[in-house]
Amino acid sequence: MQLFDVAFFVFALITLVSAFIVVFSRNIIYSAFSLLFTFFGVAGLYVLLQADFLAVTQILIYVGGILVLLLFGVMLTNKVINVEIKTGTLQTIPALILVAVVAGSLAGLFYSMWGGVGVPMEAGRPTTAVLGELLMTSYLLPFEIASVILLVALIGAAMTARRNRKA
Amino acid sequence: MSSLLSLWHDITTWLPHVQLAHFLIVSAVLFALGIFGIVTRKNAILVLMGIELVLNSANINFIAFARYGAKNFDGQVAAIFVIILAAAEAAVALAIVLNIYHRFQTVNVDEVSSLKE
Repeated sequence: MQLFDVAFFVFALITLVSAFIVVFSRNIIYSAFSLLFTFFGVAGLYVLLQADFLAVTQILIYVGGILVLLLFGVMLTNKVINVEIKTGTLQTIPALILVAVVAGSLAGLFYSMWGGVGVPMEAGRPTTAVLGELLMTSYLLPFEIASVILLVALIGAAMTARRNRKA
Repeated sequence: MSSLLSLWHDITTWLPHVQLAHFLIVSAVLFALGIFGIVTRKNAILVLMGIELVLNSANINFIAFARYGAKNFDGQVAAIFVIILAAAEAAVALAIVLNIYHRFQTVNVDEVSSLKE
């Protein structure tokens, strides 16, 4: 159980430090690449929470799909000739105060409400079979709606990104 | 070897025992960082990155409560749907951002303010 604690703090540190870099870096390329480490850290947290299927899904979809899309966006919307791709920020100080208040109150609320909950679910077999069964029984309608949403988003994104749509 | 073992023992006795609240606090900080990115950044792509951070923190909460609170798998199913919607949202948002860049030659969200030219 002590290995669990050490692994948790390592993954939490990776996640939070790289998220800091994502938010505070002036260079958009640095932000995109440290987002990679944030996603890996979150996947590690999923593993510690016994969600093995979700950890692999996180790596496949976020790192393999969404991050690549974001990098495409960075490359296509900047003049990449100049290596320094800076971006501006606005209203940093009020936002910092607001966000510190939000984070502090959320963390305090979580700690006071659920500070003593320490007994997790029994660690059991891989979660894939259980999740598949749930998706095919209780969550069948949301599952089908999600597949339709993916199809609509695919067509919509392809139509929207097309250059000349008069032809 | 024995010094390594004693160092390991020191670290593991110094660390607190990880419970539900630790996962929740990590997700709260991640949420706040994502909100900060959404609010302050001018570049639309960085705003999208902030949205991804917020969605990830919500997912950590879902899975942590599924394991420590409800003790079933409904939270993990909800997290799957969040990931699906994040993928769809990223694709559509990137297409919109590319169109905005094509029309305005910039992706700074505070300069794109006209509905019709």
